[in-house]
Amino acid sequence: MKKVYGSAAEALEGVLFDGMFIASGGFGLCGIPELLLEAIKVAGTKNLTFASNNAGVDDFGIGILLQTKQVKKMISSYVGENAEFMRQYLSGELELEFNPQGTLAERMRAGGCGIPGFYTKTGVGTVIADGKEHKDFNGETYIMEEGIVADLAIVKAWKADATGNLVFRKTARNFNPPAAMCGKMCIVEVEEIVETGSLDPDTIHLPGIYVHRIFQGDHEKRIEQRTVREA
Amino acid sequence: MWDRNQMAERAAQELQDGWYVNLGIGIPTLVSNYIPEGIEVTLQSENGMLGMGPFPISGEEDADLINAGKQTITELPQTAYFDSAQSFGMIRGGKIAMAILGAMEVAENGDLANWMIPGKLVKGMGGAMDLVAGVGRVVVVMDHTNKHGVSKLLKECTLPLTGKSVVDRIITNLGVLDVVEGGLKIVETADGVSEGELRAATAATIVK
Repeated sequence: MKKVYGSAAEALEGVLFDGMFIASGGFGLCGIPELLLEAIKVAGTKNLTFASNNAGVDDFGIGILLQTKQVKKMISSYVGENAEFMRQYLSGELELEFNPQGTLAERMRAGGCGIPGFYTKTGVGTVIADGKEHKDFNGETYIMEEGIVADLAIVKAWKADATGNLVFRKTARNFNPPAAMCGKMCIVEVEEIVETGSLDPDTIHLPGIYVHRIFQGDHEKRIEQRTVREA
Repeated sequence: MWDRNQMAERAAQELQDGWYVNLGIGIPTLVSNYIPEGIEVTLQSENGMLGMGPFPISGEEDADLINAGKQTITELPQTAYFDSAQSFGMIRGGKIAMAILGAMEVAENGDLANWMIPGKLVKGMGGAMDLVAGVGRVVVVMDHTNKHGVSKLLKECTLPLTGKSVVDRIITNLGVLDVVEGGLKIVETADGVSEGELRAATAATIVK
């Protein structure tokens, strides 16, 4: 069973279709599957729905798929950094479903864990709760949120072995594990594929059972807000 | 009247030794500059980090190491990383003792509005709804009035809510108020501000 592919385009072979639902890892521009997003742009797949915490910036991340009008709907918690996103949303070309950040993460995790719905306090008494089931537990009110199962999960990790065991680096982990878990198919881009057996089994962040295809590539890893202090 | 830094310094007095705390963007971020001597707190960044350190020195920025405001930061000896689902698990699960956040409006019953102005560009709530619903204590740091002098401490919020009855304490440029039964209670006034001035600037009900 081969999981290692030569490039993003090879790894996406036979996977993409118009109207599909994709879950993406990343927070801001940190830990985003930048090579897979570029390959989806080249493939030209249309009417995509993305579950992704953010929408990238105009020329990087999911932003590049907004430029080419390949995205129909975003499920996100924060989209403030993207002017083209705002333009398409305000003109009605793009659908947007806001999810609180923790609700989005848990929807992915739950979907991947066979949990179709869960109750949370987040959003009770706000517009997020409109139309959702309310239920009291121990005197407190919760709303039901549904798990997400995506056609495809696209993920960025630091290292993988050939069986798809993944290690992430620092805060680039973020939404990548929950996104990976909720995909019927999960494709992962990494900075380095290492020899199977060289990763300490105790330090693997996401086991390869969730991962179907991997490839290694060169990442730009753009910094969104470079902030420094005086030395 | 307190300036931004004095409001942050006052907010830092809310911290207790051993607490895990989440600081929002803006004035709340400045709170980390005023953590009192002898108090150890661990800062959580909801994108997946406990033990957030200061900004890096130039040349040591790491694209893989950012805070929830997407700024480059550094790690500390006690730092731990985790994914977004676990991050909000600890928030929703009440493990974070306190969040210090900014606000557009607070109502006298503790309702908080800080994510959306209808008709203006909507950027999203990010993690704010999860934080106010989940953490042990919510402290809001905000200007008492808007630029037209109109109170942002109201009987009822006019903007879409981030959370219902979630605010415990409000620190403004004019003073400190607690959300209590029946309205807001003045805890203290800022330097050079009288109780009368604070009351006059407040639309919310003030109770004894």
